[in-house]
Amino acid sequence: MNLNIPLISVENVSLIRQGLEVLKEVSFAISAGDFLALIGPNGSGKTTLIRVILGLLPSTAGRVLLMGEEVEQFTQWSRIGYVPQKAAHQDSSFPASVREVVAMGLISLKRFPRLLKAQDEVSIDQALDRVGLAGLKTRRVGELSGGQQQRVFIARAIVNRPDVLFLDEPTAGVDAETQTRFYDMLAELNRKEALTIVLITHDFGIITKHVNRVACLNQRLFFHGTHQDFCSSPVVQELLQGEHHLICHRH
Amino acid sequence: MENLLTYAFMQRALLAGFLISLTCAVLGVFLVLRRDAMIGHGLAHVTFGGVALGLFLSVAPILVALGVAVISALGILQLKERAGLYGDTGIGIISSLGMALGIILVSLAGSFNVDLFGYLFGNILAIDPQEVWIALILAFVVLSAIALFYQEFVYLTFDSESARVAGVRVRRLESLLAMLTAVTVVLGMKVVGILLVSALLVIPAAAALQVARSFKEALAVAAFLAGISALAGLVISFYLDWPASGTIVSLSGIFFLIFYQMRPFRKHRREETPSPSPLPSRQGVKRGT
Repeated sequence: MNLNIPLISVENVSLIRQGLEVLKEVSFAISAGDFLALIGPNGSGKTTLIRVILGLLPSTAGRVLLMGEEVEQFTQWSRIGYVPQKAAHQDSSFPASVREVVAMGLISLKRFPRLLKAQDEVSIDQALDRVGLAGLKTRRVGELSGGQQQRVFIARAIVNRPDVLFLDEPTAGVDAETQTRFYDMLAELNRKEALTIVLITHDFGIITKHVNRVACLNQRLFFHGTHQDFCSSPVVQELLQGEHHLICHRH
Repeated sequence: MENLLTYAFMQRALLAGFLISLTCAVLGVFLVLRRDAMIGHGLAHVTFGGVALGLFLSVAPILVALGVAVISALGILQLKERAGLYGDTGIGIISSLGMALGIILVSLAGSFNVDLFGYLFGNILAIDPQEVWIALILAFVVLSAIALFYQEFVYLTFDSESARVAGVRVRRLESLLAMLTAVTVVLGMKVVGILLVSALLVIPAAAALQVARSFKEALAVAAFLAGISALAGLVISFYLDWPASGTIVSLSGIFFLIFYQMRPFRKHRREETPSPSPLPSRQGVKRGT
């Protein structure tokens, strides 16, 4: 991997939908090893921006480069892991075992007819072990708790050992204790496995404890910088409006 | 009691009925889970127009119906994706137009009402050797396509957005699924008729989803139920002189009710399962381990 090229470059991206400017000239870069929190009020365009970065939505102007390639031409999808927001609201009656869900993540590594092989079982076991779900492989995913389901989706996203992992509000509807352990796991993946993480969140706790970069979005990007700069920025005070007392620290 | 297997028409009916029902059930699992169960119903209506067109032109109705159904399936997909229509509106529009075409052609011809009756209500006992071969080939094509694209179809059905990010060509696969559905509907038409063909797609799949704990299990259970329904339905209809189509679909319905009743037991079992393991300790996470 060429460390001089950012993993992801967002260059002057704008998006107009139904006459409304959802994203306005957004530019920033994500480097290898970053743990970036993307924050902003509801309706600020966070999910839309991630969808544009991943090529799920075409931008009206600007461009997105993934590993140096324009997203429209990008083919190395096995280097990207994604946990969408709706994963938290997955149909619990869907008849998929934990193993089957994690196996879906291997598809980007395979060529037609993309059949699973014996060694793929090892990868599935390892991914489940990494998220603490070893032993639940045969369980129906709908039987698991919300927090466990999210870990299954993380396992699916990392089973092919991507370079960057996108998570869209992964802890929505999950209790506080599970959230803490979940973020600890993400931090572990970021630090020990050098996994670049882009996380949409409303949780300021994660920002103060784990991430090293923060991007604040409200149609336009009004802050992008390090965790330390974020903590000392007047933008934060404006954002919190005196409702929270922010204590910034990193382990 | 006479042995039904001594009759060539029963041998053909059992073979074709079993294969077609199995094909419908396998495809049906994907359709039901994608909330596309009504596409089978809509395409069946369109097939009526295709059959009427074939009879009107004196061209093999099954082949004309196949062409019309495939084009309509792609049309429904386009309306759903690009026209911004709500829910099943596209299915409603295309299926109504298909029926309208059929009614006009029936009225204009005024001479093939008896033939059309067979397509509406099914007449598998009258299936000829050539139609058995067509059924065999089309069933093979549909099942092979599902087997070859199995991983993609499962991912697409479970989470189409993540599938796109994984590099799955979602639009192409959705078109393929729509075309396979069209082929399957035309196949099913020979077994239970246009009016009941969607039952073969929906009921065994819906029954299997009551109890299946994995996707493969859902496919296996649905295929098993559909196969049993077809074989037992034909046997019962032979000895009791009941219509084969109604008997096959009714048996499927009985299986659904049985499996639906089994559902609470599964829920009870779920409550008794122990809590899974906690998240790993920090030392437990290492790349390549």
